[in-house]
Amino acid sequence: MSPAPLIEVRGLGKTFAVRDGLRTRALHALTDVTFEVHRGEAVALVGESGSGKSTAARVIARLLPASSGELRFDGADVLARRRVPLSFRARVQLIFQDPFASLNPVHTIGYHLERPLLRHGKARGRAAVAARVHELLDSVGLAPAAELARKHPHQLSGGQRQRVAIARALAVAPDVILADEPTSMLDASIRVGVLNLLRDLKEQRGIALLLITHDLASARYLADRTVVMYAGHVVEVGPSALVMAAPLHPYTRLLISAVPDARGSFATPLAARGGAPRLIDPPPGCPFAARCPEVHDRCRRELPALRPVSVSRLARCHLHQPAALSAAS
Amino acid sequence: MTPPPLLEVEDLRVEYLTATGRVRVVDDVSFTVRRGEIVGLAGESGSGKTTIALAILRLLKAPAAITGGRVLFEGRDLLGLGEAELRRVRGRKISLVTQSAMSALNPVITIGEQLVDAIEEHEGVSRRRGLERARRLLELVGLDGARVASYPHELSGGMRQRVVIAMALALEPPLIVMDEPTTALDVVVQRELLGEIARLRDQRGFSILFITHDLSLMLELCTRIGVLYAGRLAEAAPARQLAAAPRHPYTRGLLGCFPELHGAATRLVGIGGTPPDPRHPPPGCRFHPRCGHSLPACHVSAPPRTVVGPDHEVACHLLP
Repeated sequence: MSPAPLIEVRGLGKTFAVRDGLRTRALHALTDVTFEVHRGEAVALVGESGSGKSTAARVIARLLPASSGELRFDGADVLARRRVPLSFRARVQLIFQDPFASLNPVHTIGYHLERPLLRHGKARGRAAVAARVHELLDSVGLAPAAELARKHPHQLSGGQRQRVAIARALAVAPDVILADEPTSMLDASIRVGVLNLLRDLKEQRGIALLLITHDLASARYLADRTVVMYAGHVVEVGPSALVMAAPLHPYTRLLISAVPDARGSFATPLAARGGAPRLIDPPPGCPFAARCPEVHDRCRRELPALRPVSVSRLARCHLHQPAALSAAS
Repeated sequence: MTPPPLLEVEDLRVEYLTATGRVRVVDDVSFTVRRGEIVGLAGESGSGKTTIALAILRLLKAPAAITGGRVLFEGRDLLGLGEAELRRVRGRKISLVTQSAMSALNPVITIGEQLVDAIEEHEGVSRRRGLERARRLLELVGLDGARVASYPHELSGGMRQRVVIAMALALEPPLIVMDEPTTALDVVVQRELLGEIARLRDQRGFSILFITHDLSLMLELCTRIGVLYAGRLAEAAPARQLAAAPRHPYTRGLLGCFPELHGAATRLVGIGGTPPDPRHPPPGCRFHPRCGHSLPACHVSAPPRTVVGPDHEVACHLLP
């Protein structure tokens, strides 16, 4: 039998209470989210604003409590424990979109890297800590390390700061890095370097990666598998190359057809309209039914389950379920 | 004889006049926009693209100042106009759409009133006729005309950006400057809006100066593209030509920075190093510290513009 996944998300739900006049209503940010990340695997969560991808990352990182469902890390139930153990914090590291906001302006780069080393007991003694800091800076391509360690965040470019954030994540030797839009604030020529760095960490050190992104091309570049989210639901899961080349879910098809492409043309109209889904009092049935070009009656009544379509692929769509096919024929 | 271009920017120079000296952020940039064309300016942060947009509309604020060049619009140099004349040009002749414009809508006034204000300011039409025009403008950008009665907070980001574009179209200016108009939007909404912009341009024949950091989007939308690097134009070419046969090492590098959605997933090379600090630009060609092909001349002198084909210019010492 294959070993337990590193991260296993089962039926995860998250609602937020939203005040609406005198009433309090539930905003359904995540509904029945299920996927897993295996050791050394890179998985991308993709979707538009309001898809729930960032909320999912925050629940998995235990920055937000879950409303329902299960979260297992290395086989162990993580949600059962009220306090987050330090060992979990060390094994699951986070990188955010804005590296400037996640670094303290009054401290040197060296200080930012020493802290986790000391806190998690990864190095002891002044010389050993300094040597490890330099090693970390080298490993993310920041040179000369000794000089950079003395600098403050404002003296670095955006790309360099994001590399520092990655070095800090590496300081505690994590099993997995959760990266929330790690390159979306970087210029194109700088972004490639950070994407390649993340790719190397996975390939050379076997660190798993959960990438949260709105950019399908980056997802394909980095991730072995892609999880497509819409309105808090997982609508499709599969190997990234297959998802992009032959999407199963009508929403994935819409998303891919909207990506700018030098060979494409704006003359080709999209199959459906854009716009944010309803997360408060969501309609019954499939969340994409209101916009889906292939909608039929059943979609408006019944939420399809996320089911296997082939060995490696899943879709939450009545079009890809045996019952729908037999009913249609 | 071909008619003169709608917009002709000649050797435009913009400097920040600071206590410690002058910082040149736009350095002798020249390009044209013809009638009906969508011309793109591509570049990364600090390349000067937004500064150029603001300079054309004379909206730069101190310490930034235009210190050289000409901006000819319909044959008239905008740099020589007084404030009263400029107000007649802005909106009626050239309008501006920015990334953050959708957050600049007044939250306590309806969409319709705001459109009418823009029309009234310039044309003095009656309230009723103004409102009718506002309704038609909203329909033009793909919104329900009844939205004239809506307040900005009742609209999504994509809808608000459509309102901003409706405002830019209100006085039917021959040129619209768009600075990252869809960057804050989701990809599906972005595509709808760009499709709408392209369709309107086909119908009405206005020109667009389109500014973005997203080269793949630009290649799809624009007729011609100028690639800026550290305040200078590295290369200008028809979009297809730029994609198929880029000549400047920076353009080639930049085109290799975008992961592909289809085809082989080969490792991207990108461009080493970082863009220069505008206060201390390198001598010679500003790209030479990051360029894999630099010659001795690149360290000393700025490369001249070389014409390599129809509408295709490159500033690089590697060219004969």
